[in-house]
Amino acid sequence: MEEIAVLGVGMHPWGKWGRNFTEYGVHAAREALADADVDWNDVGFVSGAITVRCGYPGYVAGSTFARALGFNGAQVASSYAACASGVTALSVARGQILSGACDVAVVVGADTTPKGFLAPTGGDRPDDTDWLRFHMVGATNPVYFAMHARRRMALYGATPDDFAMVKAKNSRHGVHNPNARYPKEYDVDDVANSPVVSDPLRLLEICATSDGGAALVVCSMDYARSKGVTDPVRVAGLSTVTPTYPDTVIDLPYLATDSAAAVEPPALGFKDSIGAQVYAEAGMGPSDVDVAEVYDLSSALELDWYEQLGLCAEGEAESLLRAGETSIGGRIPVNPSGGLGAFGEAVPAQAIAQVCELTWQLRGQAGGRQVEGARVGVSANQGLFGHGSSVLVRR
Amino acid sequence: MTTSTERARVPAVEGFFTMGDEPQLIGGRLETGGYCFPLHLGGSDPRCPAGAVEEVLLSRRGRIWSFTNSAYPPPPPFIITEPYVPVVVAAVELEVERMVILGQVTPGWTVDDLEVGMEVELDLGVLYADDDTDHLTWQWRPLLGADVVGVVGGGAAGEED
Repeated sequence: MEEIAVLGVGMHPWGKWGRNFTEYGVHAAREALADADVDWNDVGFVSGAITVRCGYPGYVAGSTFARALGFNGAQVASSYAACASGVTALSVARGQILSGACDVAVVVGADTTPKGFLAPTGGDRPDDTDWLRFHMVGATNPVYFAMHARRRMALYGATPDDFAMVKAKNSRHGVHNPNARYPKEYDVDDVANSPVVSDPLRLLEICATSDGGAALVVCSMDYARSKGVTDPVRVAGLSTVTPTYPDTVIDLPYLATDSAAAVEPPALGFKDSIGAQVYAEAGMGPSDVDVAEVYDLSSALELDWYEQLGLCAEGEAESLLRAGETSIGGRIPVNPSGGLGAFGEAVPAQAIAQVCELTWQLRGQAGGRQVEGARVGVSANQGLFGHGSSVLVRR
Repeated sequence: MTTSTERARVPAVEGFFTMGDEPQLIGGRLETGGYCFPLHLGGSDPRCPAGAVEEVLLSRRGRIWSFTNSAYPPPPPFIITEPYVPVVVAAVELEVERMVILGQVTPGWTVDDLEVGMEVELDLGVLYADDDTDHLTWQWRPLLGADVVGVVGGGAAGEED
């Protein structure tokens, strides 16, 4: 796949600021433009990641941000793919650049979130599986996270301490990140002393909902050269795959899996296929990766990603973690940013924030959380209703 | 003096399960042979022409694939009965259908009583109640002492009489 360059990155710090989401997105976009040394008037395409929590301006996020930055006549699109929205927006921008429709694009997402559980759209909607899982079962997001955690315990002998160690590791990374919402170190005992949300997962292991914004300035390799940037961070692979039938792993927001009664499950399950696609596009494999940013919606889900991205074999994630290999200084540091454990989730911004972090890592600009010598980074994430999300960046 | 009144029992949402002593989930069978639940969602088999799903009753028994609870009350549209008792949820694998279906676990069971692989049977329970009506949902009831081999399936699935 032909590459595009990540010329600039920017973020608004995560928190519970309670202000309009547009403000965070504009802050992030201006920071990314400054980082790229690109004039806003040179931007030919604005790719917004949608928020569904902020009314109509959130549904048309691309033009909301474009107007706030000043309408410059750029073309625009807005994308929604739940947690994967940011990578979908990046994918749209890449298509515009590689088709020659524009040279340089801004990708931006931001959110203002309410406190507590994310809940479905209001109203009585018994034909909507997202409504049904809450109404008929009481299956919140942490219920699904916890079932996957319990499954690791049953299959691979994982323990609650292993899950707590993920949180502790990410918190140690996050203290070095000025954009993190919780720049505080937690240890395994802190986790064990927090209340159970969905057994075996505790409050400190469940991702919070946050306000925040993240943006990228991406461009053609020719445009980067014209700016005198000869060795930019490049997007070498990007994955937005859907599942292949039958998907036999229960996941939110569904009440049931597909059935394998007539067709054997594919060799790669859905989440394995997300990484497989990004590696195939980039012509690389897991052994090429120096650093990863994965979606730790819960502590235990991070362990699943180690295996799904091929960073270790199935069932070996706990060993990799315990050996310190996924901490900064280890063989393959995961979530040097602090991950969702240190950020909480600002849904449409989060997948973009993963690329921001990898970009800083590959440029050697990550300060106290720098992964030494990182040349290749991969992100992974999944949006509910079957949205894969992964980006491979390299120098 | 009390008046004996029969409380009405109705599904909280129509079309998900049959009523009676041996309730079954109402699923679908795709033309290509796979199953789906709920019926209205249809299947996602790309070889199956849209709409080609027939109604079938699913196996009453299965094994716990995983389980957890919700220590905090779920948000609406879940309807909380006070005092809130943590909802226990199990994902249950049906052998014949080769699929996993979520559901609450029968009240009285906690996560400490459950394990992956345990056999369960479909039951109906009260999701919420108002003055004279119990609104029901499907629930998984653990089978203690059941023969753990060869029971799953029960022949319900795919037998449309």
